[in-house]
Amino acid sequence: MDEKLLSQIPHIGEINHRGAYVKAPAKHTDTFLERYSRENKVLPSLEDAIRATGLKDGMTISFHHHFRGGDHVVNQVVDKLAEMGFHNLTLAASSLAAVHAPLIEHIKNGVITHIETSGLRGELAEQVSRGLMDCPVVFRSHGGRAAAIRSGELHIDVAFLGAPSCDPYGNANGYSREEGGTIACGSMGYARTDAEYADKVVILTNKLVGYPNAPWAIPEDNVDYIVMMEDIGDPKGIMSGATRYTKNPKELLIAQTAAQVIDAAGYFYDGFSMQMGSGGASLATARFLRDMMLERKIHCRFALGGITGQIAAMHEEGLIDRILDVQSFDLDAAHSLKLNRFHHQISATYYASFLSAAAVDQLDFVILSALEIDTDFNVNVLTGSDGVIRGAIGGHPDTAAGASLSVVVAPLTRGRIPCVIDHVNTVVTPGEVVDVVVTDQGVAVNPRRPEVAKKLRKAGIHVYTIQELRDKALALVGRPDPIRYKDRVVGVVMYRDNTIIDVIRQIEE
Amino acid sequence: MEKRYVKERLRRSMMFVPGNNPGMITDARIYGADSIMFDLEDSVAYTEKDTARFLVHNALKTLDFGQKEIVVRINDLSSGLGVQDLEAIIPAGVHVVRLPKTDSAQDVIDCEREIARIEAKHGIPVGATGMMAAIESSGGVLSAREIAHASDRLIGVALGAEDYVTDLRTTRADGTELLFARSMILNAARSAGIAALDTVYSDVNNEEGFLAEVSLIRKLGFDGKSVINPRQIGILHKALLPSEKDLKKAYAVMEAIAEANAKGSGVASLNGKMIDRPVVTRAQRLIALFEAYTAKEEDEEE
Amino acid sequence: MQLKKTAVAGTMESGDIMITIDPKESGGITLDLSSNVMQQFGRQIEAVIRETLAGLGVEHAEVSAVDKGALDCTVRARASAAAFRAAERSDYQWEAK
Repeated sequence: MDEKLLSQIPHIGEINHRGAYVKAPAKHTDTFLERYSRENKVLPSLEDAIRATGLKDGMTISFHHHFRGGDHVVNQVVDKLAEMGFHNLTLAASSLAAVHAPLIEHIKNGVITHIETSGLRGELAEQVSRGLMDCPVVFRSHGGRAAAIRSGELHIDVAFLGAPSCDPYGNANGYSREEGGTIACGSMGYARTDAEYADKVVILTNKLVGYPNAPWAIPEDNVDYIVMMEDIGDPKGIMSGATRYTKNPKELLIAQTAAQVIDAAGYFYDGFSMQMGSGGASLATARFLRDMMLERKIHCRFALGGITGQIAAMHEEGLIDRILDVQSFDLDAAHSLKLNRFHHQISATYYASFLSAAAVDQLDFVILSALEIDTDFNVNVLTGSDGVIRGAIGGHPDTAAGASLSVVVAPLTRGRIPCVIDHVNTVVTPGEVVDVVVTDQGVAVNPRRPEVAKKLRKAGIHVYTIQELRDKALALVGRPDPIRYKDRVVGVVMYRDNTIIDVIRQIEE
Repeated sequence: MEKRYVKERLRRSMMFVPGNNPGMITDARIYGADSIMFDLEDSVAYTEKDTARFLVHNALKTLDFGQKEIVVRINDLSSGLGVQDLEAIIPAGVHVVRLPKTDSAQDVIDCEREIARIEAKHGIPVGATGMMAAIESSGGVLSAREIAHASDRLIGVALGAEDYVTDLRTTRADGTELLFARSMILNAARSAGIAALDTVYSDVNNEEGFLAEVSLIRKLGFDGKSVINPRQIGILHKALLPSEKDLKKAYAVMEAIAEANAKGSGVASLNGKMIDRPVVTRAQRLIALFEAYTAKEEDEEE
Repeated sequence: MQLKKTAVAGTMESGDIMITIDPKESGGITLDLSSNVMQQFGRQIEAVIRETLAGLGVEHAEVSAVDKGALDCTVRARASAAAFRAAERSDYQWEAK
C-alpha cells in the first residue's frame, strides 16, 4: 500500500491508521484440535480463576439462580473467597434460595457485607429479617436488575456463572447436546445479562465439551475464564421432572375463574400472548385456557417467562407458536428448549428491562400469584404474614406493568391469614399496574379499569369491590393483630425503574 | 311456622364434607354445590363422634353458608349415636337431617319423633327441620314408597349404593346393578312429590365414568347427586344443563303462556298445538336449571 | 365441671387445633399455646379457650394447645370436646343458635 495515498484521506486521523498489520495476531498453521487443547480459557482451579479476575475487597460478585434449590455454585465460590481472605464483598445474585443458608457465616465474618437479589428464602431470609446484616438487602425485580446492570447502578466486577455445558472458549449453555450426561437447567436467561455486562466472567462447569458448544446461552466473547468443577448443582434441587397441575380444588376454582376473566375481558382471541406464574392456581389457568383454545380453535402467538412443561406441551400440540423462555421451571420445559426450535431462550434484559423494548410489553395478559393484596391493589410477594422475608419479586412488577391485563390470583384466606387486607406488609407491585384480583370467593377489578369491570359483569361474572373481598375475609377469620416491627430497615424494595417502592423492617419478637 | 328448609328447590349437587375436618368445613361453601352435607357417619371414626358433633355444632352456629342448603348426615338411630347427633345439630340450625340406612317407614317416624322432641325442648317450632332418607339396603329399596311417604318433613329420598351393592352381593359396575333401586327410589320420590337424589361416584379421577353416570341418572329423571369431591360439582352442573334446542323451546313455551295470560285467555298454544300443563312444568324446570347454572356467581349474594 | 383425667381433642392438620387438658387441684388455668399465626391471632385464640373453659365451669387445668390456623368456632369446639373428655362426661348442654 502506498502510504502517500493515505495522506490524501481528509479524516485519516479519525480512521486512526497506525500502519498495516500491526495489531493482528499471527496466523495459525496447526490444526484446530491441536490449537484448542493449548489455547483456551480453562484454568486449573477456582482459586486460579479468582486470582486471574483481579477481584479485590469491596467489589461486586454476581451469580444466577437457574439451579434454584440445587445450586452448589454460590456456596463453593464464597467459601473459597473466604478462605482466600476476601472481605467486604457485595453479592449480587439474580435470586437466592434456602440452600444458601451457609452465607450466614460469611456475612457474620465480613466476607459478604451487601446483598442484591430478587428474593430470599429459608434460614438466610429468617436471619436477615431478624437483623443479620448492617446494610439492608436490596431487592430488585428481574427486569429492574437487568436495567440496573445496564445503567451501571449495579456494576458487576466478577460474575461466577455455573453452566451445565461449556466449551474451552466459553460458549456455555444450560443443557448439553453432547454425549454423556450432565445436569440440566434449561434456559440461562438471567445469567446472560450478567455475562454481557460484568467486567470479568468466570464459567463454572461440570461438563467441558468440544468447541463449538452450539447453541449457546452465553457466547465465548462474554467469557474470560472457565473452571471445571466436580459438582455445580444437585439435579434434584434444580428441577423436578414435571410440574404437575394442581389437584387442589380451591386452586382449580381460582384458575377456572381466572380463565373466564381473561376471556370476558377480551384478551382471549386468536393470536394472543400470555405469561403464567408457576404457582398452583396461575399454572392451572393454562389448563383451562387450553380447553378453551381447543374448543374455539384459536392459538397463542407466544408464551413468555418462566416456562413449565405444560406450556411446552401446548407448544408441541400446536396451540402456542413461540415460547420465549427466560427460565425453565422443570425438566419437561428444559427438554423442550433443547428439542423445539421455536422454544427460544431469552435474556433478562430482553424479557423485562424497562430500558429496552422488552417482551413483557407485548403481553396481552399475565396470571400472577400473591401473598397479600391490599385495598389499593398493591401486591406483596416478598414477606410472609408474619413479616419475615420468604419469597422473591421475580418478574411480578415487570409483567404486571407490561401486560395489558394483569390478573392476580390468590385464595381469599390462607389458613387463618386473610390475603386481601387493608395494607400489604411490603409493596412489591403497585396497585397502579394490577388490574384484576381473582380469589376463590370472588373477583375484584381495579377502579382504574372500569371497562374491564363492565365486560366481566356483562359476561355474568359478579364483580366485587376490593373492600368487599377484604370484608369477606375478615368475617371468616377475624381481624389479625398487626405485626410488630422495629424501626431498623433490613430490606429495600426497588420497583422495576429502580426507584425505592418500599422498605422491609426488622421484625419485633 | 317458619321452616328451615325449602321443600322444592334446586338440588343438583349435594357435597359430602367430613364432619371432623375443620378445613373442609370452612371451605365447603365456595364450590357452588346446591347443598352441603356435613357427615357425622361414615367419614368420622367411632372414637371421634363426640369431637365431630362439637365441631359441626359450632360451625353451623358460626359460619356463614350463604343461601346453601345445610344437611347433616347423622348416624342411624340403632347405633345409639343418632339421637346424640340430633341433640347437637338441631339447636345449631341444621336445615335438613339426612337419615342413613333407612330400611322402613318406621325408621323415618322414629327419627322424626326425636327431632320433634328436640325442637320443642329448644323452643324451635316443631316441624321446622327437614329430613331426607337414604336408602342403602334391599329391604329399604323394596319399602321405598312407604319411606318416601313417611313424613311431611321429607324433602327427598336418596340412594346409598355402596352398602346396597354389598347387600345385593354384587359390586358397583356400569349401572345395571343399580337400575332397579334407582327406578324404585325415583318412582317413590315422585309419587310423594319429593326429590330423588343419586348416590356418589367415588372414582374422582375418572371424569368419563362420572359423566356417563350423570347422563344415565339424568335420563332416569333424578334431581341430582351426591358428590365427594368439589371438582365433580362443575362437571355435574354442566352435564345437567338442558340442550340449547330444549331451552329455546322452553322459553318459547313460557312466552306463549305469558301472551295467553295477557290476552286473558286460559289456553295457550305454540306452533298450532295447545300447551298442556306437563309441558309448562317441564319448561319451567329447564329454565330454572339453566338460570341456576349461568347465574351461579350471583346466588352467593344475600 | 370436675376434671378427672388428661384428655385431648383436635388434630395437627391445617385449620385445626389440638388441645390437651390436664386436671389440676388449684392455680387456675395455665395455658401453653403455640400457633403458626401466633403474632396475629395468639391473643384471640387464648381468649376463646379461656372463655370456653370458664363457660363450662372448668376452674383449674393445665392446658396446652398446638394451633394450625383454626377459626374461633373450631377452637371453641375442640376446647369443649377436650373438657368433656377430661371430665368423662357426655351430658352436653347444647344451646340453640
